[in-house]
Amino acid sequence: MSEQQPDKTRRNLILATSAVGGAASVGAAVPFVWSMWPSERAKAAGAPVEVDLSKLEPGELKVVEWRGKPVWVIRRTKEMIETLKAVTAKLTDPASNASAQPAYAKNDVRALKPEFMVMEGVCTHLGCSPQMKTLEAKAEMGGDWAGGFYCPCHGSKFDYAGRVFKGAPAPLNLPVPPHTYLSDATLLIGEERKG
Amino acid sequence: MASRLTALWDWFDSRMPSVAEEWRKHAAEYYAPKNFNFWYYFGSLALLVLVIQIVSGIFLTMSYKPDAALAFGSVEYIMRDVPGGWIIRYIHSTGASAFFIVVYLHMFRALLYGSYRQPRELVWIFGVLIYLTLMGEAFFGYLLPWGQMSYWGAQVIVNLFGTVPFIGPDLALWIRGDYVVSDVTLNRFFALHVIALPLVLLGLVAVHILALHDVGSNNPDGIEIKKKKDANGHPLDGIPFHPYYTVKDIVGAIVFLAIFCAIMFFVPEMGGYFLEYNNFIPADPLKTPEHIAPVWYFTPYYTILRAVPPLFNSQFPGVLAMGIATMILFFLPWLDRGQVKSIRYRGTLYKSWLAAFVVVFLVLGYLGTEPTTVWGQFGFDAFFFDTKDIATWVGRLCTVVYFLFFVLMPWYTARDQCKPEPDRVTM
Amino acid sequence: MRALLAALAAVPLLAWGAAAGYRIDRAPIDPRDLVSLQAGARTFVNYCLNCHGAQYMRYNRLTDIGLTEAQIRDNLIFTGDKVGDTMKVALGVREGKALFGAAPPDLSVIGRSRGADWLYTYLRTFYRDSKTATGWNNAVFPQAAMPHPLWQLQGPRVTTIQSTIEDIDPNTKKKIGYLKHTLVLNESGIRTEKTEKLPGGKEYHVGTEISFASPADAKLATVAYDFAVRDLVNFLMFIAEPNVVTRKIIGIVVLFVLGFVFIFAFLLKKEYWKDVK
Repeated sequence: MSEQQPDKTRRNLILATSAVGGAASVGAAVPFVWSMWPSERAKAAGAPVEVDLSKLEPGELKVVEWRGKPVWVIRRTKEMIETLKAVTAKLTDPASNASAQPAYAKNDVRALKPEFMVMEGVCTHLGCSPQMKTLEAKAEMGGDWAGGFYCPCHGSKFDYAGRVFKGAPAPLNLPVPPHTYLSDATLLIGEERKG
Repeated sequence: MASRLTALWDWFDSRMPSVAEEWRKHAAEYYAPKNFNFWYYFGSLALLVLVIQIVSGIFLTMSYKPDAALAFGSVEYIMRDVPGGWIIRYIHSTGASAFFIVVYLHMFRALLYGSYRQPRELVWIFGVLIYLTLMGEAFFGYLLPWGQMSYWGAQVIVNLFGTVPFIGPDLALWIRGDYVVSDVTLNRFFALHVIALPLVLLGLVAVHILALHDVGSNNPDGIEIKKKKDANGHPLDGIPFHPYYTVKDIVGAIVFLAIFCAIMFFVPEMGGYFLEYNNFIPADPLKTPEHIAPVWYFTPYYTILRAVPPLFNSQFPGVLAMGIATMILFFLPWLDRGQVKSIRYRGTLYKSWLAAFVVVFLVLGYLGTEPTTVWGQFGFDAFFFDTKDIATWVGRLCTVVYFLFFVLMPWYTARDQCKPEPDRVTM
Repeated sequence: MRALLAALAAVPLLAWGAAAGYRIDRAPIDPRDLVSLQAGARTFVNYCLNCHGAQYMRYNRLTDIGLTEAQIRDNLIFTGDKVGDTMKVALGVREGKALFGAAPPDLSVIGRSRGADWLYTYLRTFYRDSKTATGWNNAVFPQAAMPHPLWQLQGPRVTTIQSTIEDIDPNTKKKIGYLKHTLVLNESGIRTEKTEKLPGGKEYHVGTEISFASPADAKLATVAYDFAVRDLVNFLMFIAEPNVVTRKIIGIVVLFVLGFVFIFAFLLKKEYWKDVK
């Protein structure tokens, strides 16, 4: 009877116990790791936000908070929509290939309905919130300013669809959050629903 | 792959040989008696519970808010909104009671086998310090949920410090940081519970184990295994802690965890003893609950406190008695004059006194959970000068026996008819 | 004169008797009965949530008892709250104090502090009493500041409180017999009191008994009311600890896993300890 046998048994037992014990320990670690994911309270705070569009004037910008971020709802005038085609040559990403938006917002107005633009008011450079600069701000913005948004932190400029102009430090167009229309007068930001 | 790992280890070991040295000193070549029994599991289990409490405590601190207005809500937030938060909370609440069960059994082992006797007096002293620190840690931690029992328990205990003559009221004010237990008190108890006392505990546990390893472990026969060594200088009755006791303690840990998990998942409240019902009512400084009792692990001392009537218009004598009841543990190594260490070879005197001590400790513990009227009143008007409650008088009797166990020990241990100790350990 | 004194002496005894004495019934709740829990949820939001809050309970957690978010939103939320919000109360703390003397406590964890049995008995033992501030009293919780929240469901009842007390001679301070004090409170809480001496020579059990009588045609209503309270208490226990069912399931899994690990660890220990004699 060689002494190999008890050593082999011993080694196998050590391996088996370690494997089983290791698996159980991983199981024990699960609740701790899991506890660090967003809590119900954080998820509830991130719930969708309803916006009443009936009082929104043409050309008016409304800011709502969703998931801690400012989301802009702009009721674009016909003139504003027309500027979108005119400025495409000056944009970094006119087709919105690199930026974040839902599939239904990957068009030349970047919106479900051309009249309403929904986008996060967070500059894609380093996170400041840009300001709206209409045609009237031509003097401070430069001669060929057609209207849009200007980020005061580092000078990035965006058009009325949130698309970034060339030469700006910001690399991407402003993100468009998931949204849907509950009715003609009610917009729901944060959720996509069918029908 | 194996040779890569060995090479890596060699690189490390050549630069920090202390790791391998300490491993040898405290595990692979620490020779412990081979006859450890059931009572010897509780040391490693206490260490396990300490780790469990620290880990679960850290994760609780991620969501808990130490603010009087937010604390209670934050605990419910953990129970409901944090994914898996309820598991972590129950681990910590069950662990607190488990800690004391394990520590009491661990201390009882010392009483059985004379583990506090020379040369292990220092191990015992560090151990009693750990016990006292643990009581402080539990007391500070219990305020944190900010329930009715948390609040009023803290109020009563801090007021006990207020009974100390001369410095009492200032002492209580200093502990609280305010005129009553308040948000200020909560915040500082949080700091003490989360960082200060855990660091103290870790330090004390380290020196407790180091002091033990310097002199070597006791065993159920109470004889010194170092007296008989083999050719290599190792005790004949000793076996290396690793692998024998590492592998045995793992089994012990699994059995313990099974009991722990059974409680935690099925009866975490344990009938109101581990999680008290009144603590699910948010703290109300204007309304004291009908029935305050400390958590079960403090109740023996609570009964001793209540047993002593107010003397000279002060409750301080009761506080003093309670304090002495804990402090007297320090003197055990010098009170015990027995010729043998282990109960296996002691005579009937020690065995009787130890049995009486156990009974009395359990009765004191039970009485502390109930109001003093729990066993009714004596029917007759006798000489009872302050109370007719039967429970109070039983508590007084038990308190006397408790103290006599220690005070008379030099006498009955010296007189005891002991049996001869064996030469070698018995398995 | 003696009767009057005895009656006066009986009043505090009534309170003592009720506080210490009223037998708590076992609440026949089944935490796995989703229909019961849903009925309880409906009762809770309709009758309790006006004054009480359950500020730690999220509406969307009610999906655990078999409701969809749409059902919760349509049937259980009467305020502008979203389904992810918690069940907060509209009644402010100050208003509550002014109306009831004490702000109605939050009910999120009342199931854990009071227990199912107490709540079940409490909600079924309200009675009309013209002598209290609210016009209501309760057998389990005398002088409760809360009026009967479910009185419309329970219907009118006549309450009889009978106490047997010792008759003590005021001069000799010795017991000379027993008195039976009967207090009847009708459906409007009007009290009728009577004290009589019990036949001498026997020992009587000192204590208080409270009993309720519904009108003869309301027998079914009594049973239906008990079911409604059972469902409400079931729901209160659920919101006190929504994780109860999951907790026990995970517990069983964990114990099995530990049993499995134990087998290997034990064999390993035995293998090593073969060497030790």
